Amino acid sequence: MSDSQTPTSAAGAATEEAPVEATAAANAPSAQAAGGRSFLPKSTLLRHLVVVLLAIVAAVVILEITDPFTNSQLAQLSYYAIAAGGLTVLTGLNGQVSLGHGALMAVGAYTTALFLQADEPVPLPLILLVSTLVATVVGALVGVAAARLHGPYLAGATLALAVGLPGLAIYFHDIFGGEQGMRVRAPQPPDAFKDFISFVSGNSATGTKWLAYVGAICLVITYFLLANLVRSRIGRTWRAVRDQDVAAELAGINLGTWRVLAFTVSAAAAGLAGGVLALVIRLAAPSGFTLVLSLSLLTAIVLGGLGSLLGALLGSALLVFLPPFVTDLGADFGLDNTEAAQLAPFVYGVVLIVAMIFAPAGFVGTVRLRWLTYRAKQRAAAARSSSGG
Amino acid sequence: MTGISVSFGGVAALSDVSLTVEPGQVHGLIGPNGAGKTTLFNVACGLVRPSAGRIVWRDQELRRLKPSQLSGLGISRTLQGVGLFAGLTVLENVMIGAHRHAKAGFFSALLALPTADKDDRLLRERAQQALVELGAESYADRYPGSLPYPVQKRVALARALVAEPDLLLLDEPASGLSEDEMHELGELIRAVTTRMSVLLVEHHMDLVMRVCDRITVLDSGQQIAAGTPAEVQANPAVTEAYLGDDVDVEADAAELASGGSNA
Repeated sequence: MSDSQTPTSAAGAATEEAPVEATAAANAPSAQAAGGRSFLPKSTLLRHLVVVLLAIVAAVVILEITDPFTNSQLAQLSYYAIAAGGLTVLTGLNGQVSLGHGALMAVGAYTTALFLQADEPVPLPLILLVSTLVATVVGALVGVAAARLHGPYLAGATLALAVGLPGLAIYFHDIFGGEQGMRVRAPQPPDAFKDFISFVSGNSATGTKWLAYVGAICLVITYFLLANLVRSRIGRTWRAVRDQDVAAELAGINLGTWRVLAFTVSAAAAGLAGGVLALVIRLAAPSGFTLVLSLSLLTAIVLGGLGSLLGALLGSALLVFLPPFVTDLGADFGLDNTEAAQLAPFVYGVVLIVAMIFAPAGFVGTVRLRWLTYRAKQRAAAARSSSGG
Repeated sequence: MTGISVSFGGVAALSDVSLTVEPGQVHGLIGPNGAGKTTLFNVACGLVRPSAGRIVWRDQELRRLKPSQLSGLGISRTLQGVGLFAGLTVLENVMIGAHRHAKAGFFSALLALPTADKDDRLLRERAQQALVELGAESYADRYPGSLPYPVQKRVALARALVAEPDLLLLDEPASGLSEDEMHELGELIRAVTTRMSVLLVEHHMDLVMRVCDRITVLDSGQQIAAGTPAEVQANPAVTEAYLGDDVDVEADAAELASGGSNA
């Protein structure tokens, strides 16, 4: 019963493909054997801080050269990407499927909304931190309950969360505003932000722009922390639990603990995403956290490449930018507004199907597999030429 | 372990089996297919809970043993297949084996503190050493699925050794290996006994007879013999279990000569 693994690979096959294709994007090794030359700093912290710095510069440039409407789309992207980043760690690295992340986002969103209702709200970073913590606690509870479940059973259990939790908001309508939801008073941008914007670009520092920046900051911080985890022993252990639970257990890894940890981390990301969502759309209502939200997050990370943060970002971008793009395209082809709007889900579905057939490892995973195959071929060619000559 | 019994439903997989692995010794566990060797292994690992009997390790009884506690107790085990993590490189696979030597916690990893980096470097060095010991260091960056089976076996062994256990449980380490590789394996097993004891399940008799200090023989869940290799070989019950009852060499030879129509 324990000895489930039987040898399947042909002896001496010359490929380097990671055999589990669906999660190929997740398997960037956390440890390189010595000898590889690299221009990047050795320290993980330094390396990731360099990326963070570049990301900040890129975010400022992008937000300043685009119009206010795109700014609000980018704010939308930031909360999708934060939640998708957390989910991709859970699904891609630890192999757990959650359909309940929309509900965990609701937890974060309602917490933020409740705190902003006060006459003298506490500072925004604190509110978002508390939203994250509340979602973390809820996630830990769900994680403990779900730690013994796998695959479809876990998906079923978390599905219940996605369906049930928004119902609570309707039941306790005195606190949570029922079906109408809670209006969120978005905080005003601080003066330092206005000074910064006028210094950088001279654009007007509107509330929309401020929220886009809040989203971008949260996104960068979240991805920095998640990338640290992915590249560390923690990420490696999660992948081990995903690939071979018995062998992992024999190596001294407590499966339950590590599964709950993964769920908790990804719940924290979902909570923060929910907080940002509440700020950006200025509303926390049950209709915003349906099962569709959870499913969109899942499709985003699958399209981008399971287990890859970059993939989660790309998948989220597709989620945000594809529908308006397709709608515009439809309008250009002479469709009326309703028809053009109906085109978007159709095209999204087609993209999803095409991706599943031709690139089941997702965008990042496919690129990675190509690269590995290319490297293996080069190595084989080098071996041939050295033995022949 | 003393008086271990296990039954699955109505089937008694093991009844009243006892064995003791002495420090620094290689203890062989043999028997025909279905004798209960792997079940006994699984009991020792906490994967199967015995219905009766006691497991004692370093003068302490292990109750409610969980597999994840095993490496903390200084016990490592290889699986009958290879059980490598397909999505991890060979080096990472072995690093997982060194899990119990890791010190850096969650928060230092979350913030990528230098302590986490340093800890990871130590794990990597350990893992690389184990790979060198088994001559698999040139595969460190590869994924296990692309490697020949014997190499995978060596990696799996490296993963068990890197934990630096006091007791190593090997479940059919020689299956799928060639004659030469088996020979190397035998030497390796003898070499590690300076550092740890070994409990070995194996089908290849020559390997077992060569490396083991003591042997326990199981048949249909019963312990039918125990002793040194020479004693076990001389025991008629063992030959009977392996070859069926009453080996009549002359009759066999006559049947072969006549063409063995009912083979």
